[in-house]
Amino acid sequence: MIAPLGRFTLPQRGLHWLMAACILAMLFIGVAMVSTVKPAHLELVSLHKPLGIAILILALLRMGVRLASGAPGLPADLPAPMKLAASLSHYLLYALMIAMPLIGWGMLSAGGTPVVLVGGVRLPAILPQNGLLHAALWSAHQALALLFFAVILLHVAAALFHALIRRDGVFQSMAP
Amino acid sequence: MPNPLSPSSTFGSFVLIAAVVGGAASAFAYTAGWFSPNRLTPARFVAAFAPPGGPALGHRRNHAKGVCFTGFFEANGAGTPLSKATVFTRGRYPVVGRFNLGTPDPAVLDGTVRVRGIGVQIKTPDGQEWRSAMIDAPFFAVSTPRAFYALLIASGKKSDPSAMKDFAAAHPEIGNFGAWAKSAPFTESYAEERYNSLNSFVFTNAAGDDHVVRWSLIPAAQAVTVPAEDLNKRAPNFLEDEIAQRVAGGPQHWAMRVTVADPGDPTADPSKAWPVGRRTLEVGTLTADKVIAEPDGPCRDINYDPTILPTGIRTSDDPFPAARSAVYAVSFDRRTAEEGDYPPTAQEKQK
Repeated sequence: MIAPLGRFTLPQRGLHWLMAACILAMLFIGVAMVSTVKPAHLELVSLHKPLGIAILILALLRMGVRLASGAPGLPADLPAPMKLAASLSHYLLYALMIAMPLIGWGMLSAGGTPVVLVGGVRLPAILPQNGLLHAALWSAHQALALLFFAVILLHVAAALFHALIRRDGVFQSMAP
Repeated sequence: MPNPLSPSSTFGSFVLIAAVVGGAASAFAYTAGWFSPNRLTPARFVAAFAPPGGPALGHRRNHAKGVCFTGFFEANGAGTPLSKATVFTRGRYPVVGRFNLGTPDPAVLDGTVRVRGIGVQIKTPDGQEWRSAMIDAPFFAVSTPRAFYALLIASGKKSDPSAMKDFAAAHPEIGNFGAWAKSAPFTESYAEERYNSLNSFVFTNAAGDDHVVRWSLIPAAQAVTVPAEDLNKRAPNFLEDEIAQRVAGGPQHWAMRVTVADPGDPTADPSKAWPVGRRTLEVGTLTADKVIAEPDGPCRDINYDPTILPTGIRTSDDPFPAARSAVYAVSFDRRTAEEGDYPPTAQEKQK
């Protein structure tokens, strides 16, 4: 029996799974592009930038939808530490979805690198050119990318825990 | 819990969850190269440039010694049939450049370095820019980035006399470069050098036609050779001092010459010059009218990444620009983090 938790709205579920694909692709593209000197490096970089901006737009849209539509509650019998972990990890995921593209964009701006998207569309610099700022943002982008992937693994593990072991309707609330 | 499971089924589920998470983490680690100690990563490339005592912190990991200049590129319009890039439409566009020496040592004696280079950043009013880093050699030492890495490793093994011999046997193309390095005269000025892109790029015109090209900067100044026995006797910074003095006395010019490949030319191999007689085109003039020392100069925080190109120019099948972009990025990330080791002197004076 599945507890009647309710589900996320269709736009929320659609955005979740679309962004899941984008973000996972983005993280793999990111670590691949910085680990090769082959021509794929350039192709991956030219995917990384527009995909990052797409994720930023989707994340802002998603936050708006979330504020408007809310979320189904967690099961009443879920232990308090797990509820807290669920809540914190979701705040962290939202923060990373929005911060990572901005840090990347800011890092390129501070490094004086043009941000060119598909079709030669150029984005303006969002920070002044500054070497130390570039270095700080680069370090942050790298460290937060690893944190992002770790939190996603935790999120996947928790989702499967709800789906396979607790069978408490939490997974079904976001299932496609 | 609404739906308790049997203990064995719970165990199976935990195994499944561990497999999913472990599999994803492994795929990520593999993609990142953490399982591939032999993958040629940008970081390994950068490490190979470092002298035995480690890199000079705060400086570029190669071409570490240099001096900034500003000026302009004056396009004559002749390039527009080849490329729709704004930079080729008749007009004058600002340039921030850097004369430099091909060495990881920023304290090197100017006279001792074989390869001299120039970096240029040309900006157009539509927000586009073209960065190019060229050297005075007429062709590159080796055919591929991997061979270049092997060259750096071999030439770093000073105690192993066979390392370079083995390298040359495996990469015979280095012979041409060696002959150039031995015989080419050393000029007495950055202003007297011809600088070559070496790598090929693709120009696309307004009609969408592609042409594979290389480009060079041809100096207006007459070359004066420094006799080999005098090179080490020159002042440690004679090239920097000379160019500052010369430009203070009057702007210096180079014609930008574009060479168009014929079908079948070795566009992917910068160690091979294209046959003489290829179509060439002068597309404009580069002028340097101010020289500024690097610590406070406008070039110090520019990464002369040769893949930063305007619409109308793109990379070709030459594998080097991608490798250079990846490696320069690491050099740039490192040196910007080390700014304290190479502080701007103007800031120092204010303290």
